[in-house]
Amino acid sequence: MLSFDERYRQQQFTRRNWTLLYGALFLAALIGSVAVSDFSIPGLIKGLPMAWNYIAGTMPRLTFENFWADVTDWYWGLRFWLRLLVETILMGFVGTVLGGVIALALSFPASRNLVENTGIYFAARRTLEFFRTVPELVFALIFVFAFGLGPFAGVLAIAVHTAGALGKLFAEVNENVDPRPIEGVRASGGNWPMIMRLGVVPQALPNYASYLLLRFEINVRGASALGLVGAGGIGQDLYVAIRQFEYTDISAIMLLLILTTSVIDISCEAIRHRLIGHTLTQVA
Amino acid sequence: MNATLTADIARLRRTNPQIFSAPLHERLRTWGLWLGFLAVLAFGLWWIDASPMRIANGLNKLGLLVTLMIPPWPGDGLWDYIYAMFETLAMAFLGTLIAFVVALPLGFLGAKNIVPNWLFHFGLRRFFDAFRGIDGLVWALIFVSAVGLGPFAGVLAIAVGDVMVFGKLFAEAIENVDNKPVDGVRASGGDNIHVVRLGVFPQVFPVMMSHVLYFFESNVRSATILGIVGAGGIGLQLSDRIRINNWQEAAFIILMILVTVAIIDAISRRIRARLI
Repeated sequence: MLSFDERYRQQQFTRRNWTLLYGALFLAALIGSVAVSDFSIPGLIKGLPMAWNYIAGTMPRLTFENFWADVTDWYWGLRFWLRLLVETILMGFVGTVLGGVIALALSFPASRNLVENTGIYFAARRTLEFFRTVPELVFALIFVFAFGLGPFAGVLAIAVHTAGALGKLFAEVNENVDPRPIEGVRASGGNWPMIMRLGVVPQALPNYASYLLLRFEINVRGASALGLVGAGGIGQDLYVAIRQFEYTDISAIMLLLILTTSVIDISCEAIRHRLIGHTLTQVA
Repeated sequence: MNATLTADIARLRRTNPQIFSAPLHERLRTWGLWLGFLAVLAFGLWWIDASPMRIANGLNKLGLLVTLMIPPWPGDGLWDYIYAMFETLAMAFLGTLIAFVVALPLGFLGAKNIVPNWLFHFGLRRFFDAFRGIDGLVWALIFVSAVGLGPFAGVLAIAVGDVMVFGKLFAEAIENVDNKPVDGVRASGGDNIHVVRLGVFPQVFPVMMSHVLYFFESNVRSATILGIVGAGGIGLQLSDRIRINNWQEAAFIILMILVTVAIIDAISRRIRARLI
């Protein structure tokens, strides 16, 4: 009984020490961050109303009497914006497809269970990691320099980043496939590409598609930001609007963006559910 | 042997034709989908003007850039870069922390089992969803216009972008709690505050922490680029180096970003493994 009490007290003690240590580390990080980022409570108190005023300033003046005239006034550039919006979605789409193709090609050598050569595996993994970790916008900056201003550079930046992100996910899917079809194809004399095509891909396809759709949603959102560095899409006009303080334009474009991404999110989610539901019934 | 096999196959084909070839309408749909997909892809490639000429020229220029980048060299700005890196980390840390503090009550409000009002719940969720559509960089641009250049705008941009996602994730975590501890607290006479503090909170806290750490990682990545629009951190240095064509230093900064992200990921993975 005494030893139980002793043990309990000891455990309490070590636990409290760990909590204290984590607390101290957290406090140190907090103080360091506040010092480095010149964040301050007075600054926040002064800054938040400014931010709020700014956001309130972007709201259009809509009156009840001539509502439609006000809306058309607010959306004076609708035709132009819709064109840019289509461009943004196309950038996301083409970037996702190109990136998906590269990701698929790299995902097989990056799967532990599919390659015997450790060197190839290692190289493929590191390549994917590089593609994924360098921010999309940095690629965009470099590509704008190499390929010129416009959506082409943006698509390439999205494609490279997507290849890294999807390649890792695809490789994880590949590593979780059932090994029996692979052995079957190998036993009937299939070479490596045949094993991949007939043993791995049919099992992994629904998961690939699901990840691709998810990535497409993310990429449309990303494409809207790429315009800020001159890589095409609606971001370009948003940048101009914000820089030149065309307040109501900002809210008009943001609302369009929110609507578009919501529609894409909802439809992609519906397709994803169908895809996954489909495989489930197939398995059953 | 072979003859019986062929006969068998022929018989099966007669009795179950759907195994050998899909029905016409299904085949048509598949072909139609592929055709549509390829058409959109071709249109997209045409729209962005992806001619082979352009690709070849661009790749040439890209190769030239890579040779200019080697070897990566910090020049005499090493300390500036290290300070900017700390600024980036600080922005991500504070932004995540503020988002967590703000999103905590919002998450409770958005959870069905805490606030059972259907309309309120639906409205708040849609609100969270809607603002997720805005990229962090756009928020940064707006806050730079609103509160001026510097890391403070970056902190606010990260916080605002994350609050919406946190709110949704927290609400989902709270909805997924096991009801038994909640009933237990209520049965022993606890009021609503007690239920939340003793029945719900201990269950959702590890989940929340894991989300928060994950977002901290991703915020470090996004904080590295916020500087491009003037919101402080290493991105400002990077876009400056690229603008003045100092590719060696740009390459050095990119390498710094890669190393920092790897370190942060490793630390955060370790803490997460401990928490769960």
